[in-house]
Parts: sequence; C-alpha cells; structure tokens
Amino acid sequence: MPPAAQPAPGTGGEEMNLTRRQLLVLLPAAAAAWEFVKAGTPEDAPSYKTDEHWWGMLLDITKCIGCGSCVRACALENDVPEGYFRTWVEEYHVDDWHIETPMVTSPNGGKDGFPQGSFTGGKNFFVPKLCNHCVDSPCTQVCPVGATYHTPDGVVLIDYDYCLGCRYCIQACPYGCRFFHPQKHTAEKCTLCYHRISKGLTTACCENCPTGARQLADLKNPKDPIHAFLKTHTVQVLKPHLATGSKTFYNGLDGSVR
Amino acid sequence: MEGFMYPNEVELQWSVLIVLYPFLTGLVAGAFILASLERVFRVEEVKPTYRLALLTALAFLIVAPMPLQLHLGHPERSLEMYLTPHRTSAMAMFGFVYLWYLMAVLLLEIWLDYRRDIVLMQRSTTGTKRLLYKVLSLGSDNISEAALRVDDRVGWVITIVGIPSAFMLHGYVGFIFGSVKANPWWSTPLMPVVFLFSAMVSGIALVLLTYMATCAFRRASIDMNCLDTIAKYLFYTFVIDFTLEMLDLIHRIYEADESFRSLDFMLHTRLFMSQIVLQIFVGTLVPLTLLALTQVSRLSELARKRVYAVAASLTIIGIFAMRWNVVIGGQLFSKSFLGYTTYKLEFVAREGLLPAVLLLILPFVILYVLIKILPPWQHDAGDAVHLTSSVEPES
Amino acid sequence: MSTRFKDSAHLIRIGVVFLLGALVFVAVRAAIIPESYGQFGPYRGKALTNMTSRPVKYAGHEVCENCHPDVTDAKSKGVHAHVNCESCHGPLAKHADDPAAVQPVLPETPKLCMRCHSENIAKPSGFPQINAAEHSGGQDCKTCHQPHSPLLELGGKK
Repeated sequence: MPPAAQPAPGTGGEEMNLTRRQLLVLLPAAAAAWEFVKAGTPEDAPSYKTDEHWWGMLLDITKCIGCGSCVRACALENDVPEGYFRTWVEEYHVDDWHIETPMVTSPNGGKDGFPQGSFTGGKNFFVPKLCNHCVDSPCTQVCPVGATYHTPDGVVLIDYDYCLGCRYCIQACPYGCRFFHPQKHTAEKCTLCYHRISKGLTTACCENCPTGARQLADLKNPKDPIHAFLKTHTVQVLKPHLATGSKTFYNGLDGSVR
Repeated sequence: MEGFMYPNEVELQWSVLIVLYPFLTGLVAGAFILASLERVFRVEEVKPTYRLALLTALAFLIVAPMPLQLHLGHPERSLEMYLTPHRTSAMAMFGFVYLWYLMAVLLLEIWLDYRRDIVLMQRSTTGTKRLLYKVLSLGSDNISEAALRVDDRVGWVITIVGIPSAFMLHGYVGFIFGSVKANPWWSTPLMPVVFLFSAMVSGIALVLLTYMATCAFRRASIDMNCLDTIAKYLFYTFVIDFTLEMLDLIHRIYEADESFRSLDFMLHTRLFMSQIVLQIFVGTLVPLTLLALTQVSRLSELARKRVYAVAASLTIIGIFAMRWNVVIGGQLFSKSFLGYTTYKLEFVAREGLLPAVLLLILPFVILYVLIKILPPWQHDAGDAVHLTSSVEPES
Repeated sequence: MSTRFKDSAHLIRIGVVFLLGALVFVAVRAAIIPESYGQFGPYRGKALTNMTSRPVKYAGHEVCENCHPDVTDAKSKGVHAHVNCESCHGPLAKHADDPAAVQPVLPETPKLCMRCHSENIAKPSGFPQINAAEHSGGQDCKTCHQPHSPLLELGGKK
C-alpha cells in the first residue's frame, strides 16, 4: 500500500477493508434497489423489511477534514432550505487543559468548508453533527400528536402532513438538530436518508464523505463492520448524561465537545 | 448572535405569543382560586368578587388558546391534538385538562350559580334577549328553593373538584417547560409549583383590580373588608411565590452545574432589564413591600386603595415579566452553553407585539360582554346569593 | 322521590348536553382520524411508507462504477480510491437514469480541491493540506494532478 494512501494514524489500518466489505454488503442490494429507483415507482422497496435493521452512524473525529461535503450533499439530496441544517460540522479549538471553555465555530454550518483560521497550538478538530436518532428520544416523547416518531428500524422521522408546527420537539432536542421549515411550516430534521437506506443505498452524507469519517451503521446486521469497530475502539455519544440513547457514535470525541 | 450556537438555534422558536399563553391561563387559575376561597373555605369577606372572579376566569380562558393558534405552523391541524393525542406529551394531555376545566368546572359552576338569575331574566325580557336566556337555561324553569339547594350542593362539589383542576390547568403549563431536560433554564421540578403560585398571585391581583375598576364604573362603593381580605391573600401568596423563586435561584447558584456560567451571564446581560429590574425589583419587591406596609401599619381607606391598585398593577407586570423570562430567556442561550442570540420582536407580524397586545385586550372585551349578559351584581354583597326568599312560586 | 327528581331535572338536561357533546366528539373522531394511524405505533403508518418512496438524487458510487470501469480502475490504484464519484461530480441519479439526456457538469477544480485540501490546523495531521499560493502560485490543480489519481509519485501526473 503506498504510504500516502495509508489511513491517518490511530485508525488501525482497516480503512481499505472497510470499504471493500461495505461494497460486498451494499453492491447486490444497491443493484436490486436501483431497479426500483430507475422505475420511479412510488411504492417502498418491497424487499426492505424494517425488523431486519437497526440504524445508527459512526463518526470518526480522527478522520474528519471539515470539507463540508456532507453538509452540501445532504442539502442537495433533501432540499434543505438555505440557512438551516439537517447536518453540520463544528470546528473546535481547545487550549491546553481548558476543556470546559473551547472555542467553537461553524460558519454556515461548515457548508463551504472552513477558512484557515487564526488558531495556533492547542487541540483542534472537526465534529460533524446530525440527528442522533435516539432510542429514548425526548423529541418524540413531547410531540402532542404523534407527528414525529420512531420507525421500527430505529430512525426518528417527521410526518410532514401531520405536524402542527408547535415546535415543542425543537425545544426538546438537546442536540439542536431540529429546525422549523420556513416553507413547509413543520418541524424538520435529518431523516438518516430513510428513502435511500430503505433501498439499500447509504445516506447522502456518508456517500459523499471523502475520508470515511461518516459511516452508516446497521447495528442489527452481524456482518456490519461497525460491530467490530465498536468492540475495538473507544467511542462516545454526545451528552450521555441526558440518557437519550443516542445512536450516533463518535470515535475520538474530546471531552470539550458540547 | 454572540459566541457559538448550534446553527439551528439562532432563531427563536417560541415567541411572545407563547409568553402570553401561560400568562393568560395563570390568570384563569388564580381568579378561580380566589373564587373558591369563598365557596369552599367560607371566606365570606370576598363574596362580592365571587361572580366577578368566575366571569374573569371564563373571559381569559376563552382567549387562552388564541395565541397558540396564531403560533402554530398549521393551526388547521390543531384538532389532531384531540383526535390522536400522544399520551407521553404534556402538551397533548393539556388539551384535555383545558377541555375538562372549561366544561366540567368553569362553565358548569357559572351555570349553576347563575341559573336562578338566568331564569328570572328569561321571564322578564323579550325578543332575542329572551331567546338567549332561554337557551342558557336549557329550557329548565325550576328555581324553587329545593332546586336551588341542589344547585348549591352540586356547585360546592364542582368547586371542590375545581381547585385541583385549576392547579392542574396551570401546573401542567409549568410541567410543559419543567420536563424539558434539554433546557436547563426550564428543567426543574419546581417549575410547575412556581408557575402555579405566580398564577395565583397574578389572578388575585387581577380580580382585585377588576373589582376596583368595575366599582368605579358602576359608581358603587368598594367593600373595604373585601378588598383588604383580597390584598391579604395576595400578600401571603406572593410571599410563598417569591420564596419558591428565590429557592430555585439559590439552588442554581450553589450547585453551579455546567449550564450555570452561561445562564448567569445571560441573566446579567440580556435578561437584566426584564428579570432583575422588572420581574424581581419592580414586579416583586416593590409590591411585596407595599402590601407589607398595609399589613403592619394603619393606613386610611384612600391610602389603602391607592397602594393596592399600584401593588396589584406592578404584580401583574411582574408576573408577565416572569413568563417572558422563562419562555424567551430559555431560548436566548445556546444548548452548547457557549453563545447567545437575540429575540427580534416585530410589531405587525403574525407573532408580533400587535397581536399580543390585542390578545391582552380581548379578554376584557369578552368580560364586558359577559357582565352584560350575566351581571354579577343582581344582589348586593352580604345577601345570601344562593338561597333567597324572593323566589317566585311555581306556575 | 319524584319531587327530588323534579328539582334535579335541570341537572339531567345539562348531563344530556355533555353526553351529546361526547358522542359528537367520538363520532367525528371515528370519521376523520387518519386510517393508517396506529399501524406501526402512535403515528400514521402512511407517513413511513411515504418517506421510503422519495426519489434519490445521489446514485451512489456502485452505479457509476457499472458504466465507468476505466475511471474506477484508475481511481482504485490511487489515493482517491474511496472518494466517491458524486462527492466531486455532484448528484447524478438523473444522469444514471438517462446518461445521454443528462450530462454532468465537470466541477471547477481549484475551488473543489481546496475545499478538502486547504490547510487548516483542525485537519488530521496526516492529511495532505496545502496553501495554494505557496504550493503552486495559485495555478489550477489539474495542471499537475490527475483528479482521479492525483498523487504524482503514483504516476498521477497529467
């Protein structure tokens, strides 16, 4: 393997294998699903069974380069309105031991990447954020009408034809991932590209991440490489003290991350 | 925007209309509690305000859902809350608490208390007025002593049920905020209790002012015994309310959890005017001092009236400020505890200041109409309102 | 007994009014409650099936590789092996659906490349980052680098 093609230090060198394994898992499913995508039928992919999947995501801080490809891809795939974000990237600067007071920026959600900036020294890294698709999500708990809900395969979605626009769910989300859609007048957030993953594709953000910092995880699939990763790496979730059952796992998350 | 906020947090979600909502329901609960003082706890002195307090509660209860409707992204879907209420949502359950309180408590109690007058007015008016009273009486003509005794008994039971219902009505609103673990400004078990006591304070103050105003309009003399008693209850309730709010504050300062530094900064900058100046000083300490003054020293009747009017007005402003500080304050800081935003309050907009002001005026318009249809002053204070000797014989 | 009933008759009336109200509520609810509500949980089941039927905009790299094996081959030997096609070329489901009718627009290289490769202290230290002015005097990256396999040492020279 050429030196520059080796993964960044600390990732264990399994990067290439992950991609091949992903191909093996996804290629036949994608080929089958693509037929339906091309045909443009309104029915859901009939071969997709919700009880065979339990979706999450792995975000690798050691690999994120803050290019913003994920933010742009999500916006294009899901018609995200300008100024609002289903996913975004934050840049952290942590001085010495002051983990309680990091400097954080997210210019336009990181959509156009990040400028060089003036930080010197300290610890600096990027953190991509999105809906955590919590198992015990506070947002679905507070919705008065059942317009936001858990799918049987662990994705938190919004029913745009039913939502009242009361915005209680937006208040209840600890991660700031929800917003009020200015045209639909309903709540809106990351859907984990449900329309893609139910057809055997990966999410738009994971598809377009050039370094593999974002990877979709099917926690019910024994062949999913994430299981092995979770067993061999220290991973965290955001705001664990709130016990939301977050399913977005971060590798290499610093204690300063809010 | 100052510091860092999650990109979706910069815009506030809940506007001045959502400030209005707990303010209005609080007035309802408070006015009802004052009315129940006479009905259940036999505080005879406040009887002159009994019917007025009930009508005030009704007027404000009718307006209470209106700011919510204006705020919703899809108000036409609001019926969904009754069709498919999500049982884990405090907001959904509140829809039923509201309905219960309106129908089974307030309307029923008013109807039972006014039934005799409704029938009498039906008999003594003509045309559309007569039709109105006939409908209100549900076609029943029976105002015999026995029937009125039944009304009295049932009304008493309803008030007994009504007191915890009123507590639920406003306690639930407090719970809607207090149960949001994502927001440390809101999340505290004290929230429903603080909301409830501040509601009682604002409701009592409102009835005090309305009583003084309606007496002035009618050129009737104010029953000072009644007014003094209301002021006394206002004072005691306010002391409890202030104690609870200070308890919350002291806890926060002492425990100083991860959110404290951020909230403290917000309090000293963005919320300085509305919380420290308006809510605590002008809206709480000044009225408390004024009311304490009337309790410990002998003031003339005129002096007392003036002090009560000022104290009650400042109280209502203070409680409105409290709602503002909870709702708006809870959205001015970032959940990352690293930044702050500002609330842009427009004037002429769907969720602007103008609709808010109009919605504050509307209950008084409705109260005026209610007083015209169901005058609270058919009998003088001191008369046995519920059992009277001037009953017409049955035809 | 009958006299007592007579004196409470008005209570019966209001009881009837409330009962009628409750019945109307139940009837209206049965009529307009969404059919699929409760199918999978406390929400409209139709919402879930609606969600799955949205069209996709990004085809996914496997689809690109079906028709462009030459590019795939060149890419797989270089450092951009797992940079997916649409990451640079944009969403191309429409192109995959009808390749002749929808021609993808080639990205502008300096702006595109610098989004990933401009230097920033927060990027992982092993990641290739440059200052455009220092690196090439602001020239177009394609002058020296082949985008699909850009590393010069691997023969990614134009």
